[in-house]
Amino acid sequence: MSDTLAQTQGRPPRGSRRGGGGRRRRGGERSMVPEAEFTSYYGRPIVKPSPWEADIPAYLFAGGLAAGSSLLAAGADLTGRPGLRRVGRVGALGALSFSMAALVHDLGRPSRFVNMLRVAKLTSPMSVGTWILSAYGPFAGAAAAAELVALLPADKRRGPLRLLELTGRPAGLVAAVFAPPVASYTAVLLSDTATPSWHEAYRELPFVFVGSAAAAASGLALIGAPTSETGPARRLAVGGALMELAMERRMEQSMGVTAEPLHAGRAGRLMRAARGLTLAGAAGAALSGRSRVLSALSGAALMAGSACIRFGVFEAGQASARDPKYTVVSQRQRMKREGPARHRPEDPEA
Amino acid sequence: MTSLFNEFDLWGPLDPAADAGYGKDKPKRKGFFTDTSICIGCKACEVACKEWNDVPADHFDMTATSYDNSHSLNSNQWRHVAFIEQPRRPAVDLGMPTTRPDDDLLGGLLAEGETGDGAPSDGVPDFRWLMSSDVCKHCTHAACLDVCPTGSLFRSEFGTVVVQDDICNGCGYCVPACPYGVIERRRGPEGSKNVGIAQKCTLCYDRLGAGQQPACSQACPTQSIQFGDVEELRERAERRVARLHEAGVMDARLYGNDPHDGVGGTGAFFLLLDEPEVYGFPPDPVVTTRDLPQMFRRASAAAVTLLAGAAVAFVGRRG
Repeated sequence: MSDTLAQTQGRPPRGSRRGGGGRRRRGGERSMVPEAEFTSYYGRPIVKPSPWEADIPAYLFAGGLAAGSSLLAAGADLTGRPGLRRVGRVGALGALSFSMAALVHDLGRPSRFVNMLRVAKLTSPMSVGTWILSAYGPFAGAAAAAELVALLPADKRRGPLRLLELTGRPAGLVAAVFAPPVASYTAVLLSDTATPSWHEAYRELPFVFVGSAAAAASGLALIGAPTSETGPARRLAVGGALMELAMERRMEQSMGVTAEPLHAGRAGRLMRAARGLTLAGAAGAALSGRSRVLSALSGAALMAGSACIRFGVFEAGQASARDPKYTVVSQRQRMKREGPARHRPEDPEA
Repeated sequence: MTSLFNEFDLWGPLDPAADAGYGKDKPKRKGFFTDTSICIGCKACEVACKEWNDVPADHFDMTATSYDNSHSLNSNQWRHVAFIEQPRRPAVDLGMPTTRPDDDLLGGLLAEGETGDGAPSDGVPDFRWLMSSDVCKHCTHAACLDVCPTGSLFRSEFGTVVVQDDICNGCGYCVPACPYGVIERRRGPEGSKNVGIAQKCTLCYDRLGAGQQPACSQACPTQSIQFGDVEELRERAERRVARLHEAGVMDARLYGNDPHDGVGGTGAFFLLLDEPEVYGFPPDPVVTTRDLPQMFRRASAAAVTLLAGAAVAFVGRRG
């Protein structure tokens, strides 16, 4: 690569700092692509990393957990599994509240959230996501409220409270309809940026994230619901975990050089932890049967695995933005493959 | 998804102001042509920008890598002059005999007869400086504007991109969306205005409205920064490149002037003397919204998969 890239530039890099090197994977493993030499302005970043901190991956995780929980709750409601339904509805509200708190913390002031509702913009995944959440939130909240009302003694459930209890099922079903977009839009949120490792992941990331959401919500159900009702959660856990792992693997293959940050440093550790935890959790969910302790342990592993993959993907993107290599080399390689990006009227995407 | 948008909304050539809904009586699209071949690195543009726009100074230090003390374009640096120190090299080495001593020979002369002030005896320095005043590109397809969830970023009647401080909620989404790393959320210094709010070059929107040119181009002593109608500037830039090529400066190239490029052409474009990445520019930026229809389809497919998966999980035996 170092030779070919130098050739495309007509000559070896000079003057400004050379990049590449020092990024080899530990343990003697071969990195995804050979080390590349490239030119940059004294090694300074070209694109800016997002100013986001831990709030945002936590928000991504909690959003997925809420969405998956609403789906499990709706299914449990329709198939007569009250224990699973309760964990799903209350879990969805808890996770949603947590994600909202994380979002507001990121913005700094609650009033700033209101500005999100000034416009609806299809080109902004954050705007679309805000509106999806605004549609989903109240129904998820109403379903959870109905669940809590049902816990009151019968003579206290009168008037408006009784009405609230009756709205539980329709509200829960509407929430379940809005839940899948809640789980998948967060992938577009990351991909619709110039951050190399987020943008290049756009093909598979939505599948990784919904798989992760299914695994996390199933994990919560395995922890909280009576084992006699967790059959669907176990199946969803295995399905979600397998999808997450398989699509993550495919994603790394299609990302080219921008897959490297997924293996390096903190992001690499998080991604390895996510794989281990998710696999262990899925195996536990499939095999633990009626054992309460094993179920809870697998559930915890699934939730932790889901959290790790969100933080891992987040960190990898941040790292890819901080190193100009991933901007320059990936664009140079694309130019070598396809020529410079030019809009031509005959393009199918035009 | 695509059908929700007009042709070229997501990428391709476009008159951005007309696309944003300005009528026929809108002014012509304004922009900068920055000719780096005549930039002397005086940083007058940086100072003029800070003065006019009240942009705080938040550091005064060196990076120990170059003489550049303002580091990068960021929320407190809306113009940034890059200093690139390059060893000299043969123009194009064809392995042919030359009438001029080649670089190896020059190196030899240097070792023997150095004058002490870094210049070899023939008066030609053994390195060159590239200087380039960078600025927000005011893209035709501006990713920052497209991803802003509040409508704080808007397209002005001059075809430029401007942030409204009172509407920006500091979500920071525009920051990773910009393919050039221009816009940033202001972190400090303490007590300065608009901390926590996205900030970048406005192309001196207030001055344009009053019929003035931006502070940086007015302050530029060499006319390296030229302000005007983008269409006219593009022609001027073509002529300048042709002249430089005639003069044997074959490395001269335009960057960002092509309306068919990945961002639909930029309102602020450059004449460079080397590869874009040498100056800290991305070599071939593409607006992220080009892939948005595909992203939307993928996310929808994933959402449907999740819904179906959850439904299937409930089918089968109880337990």
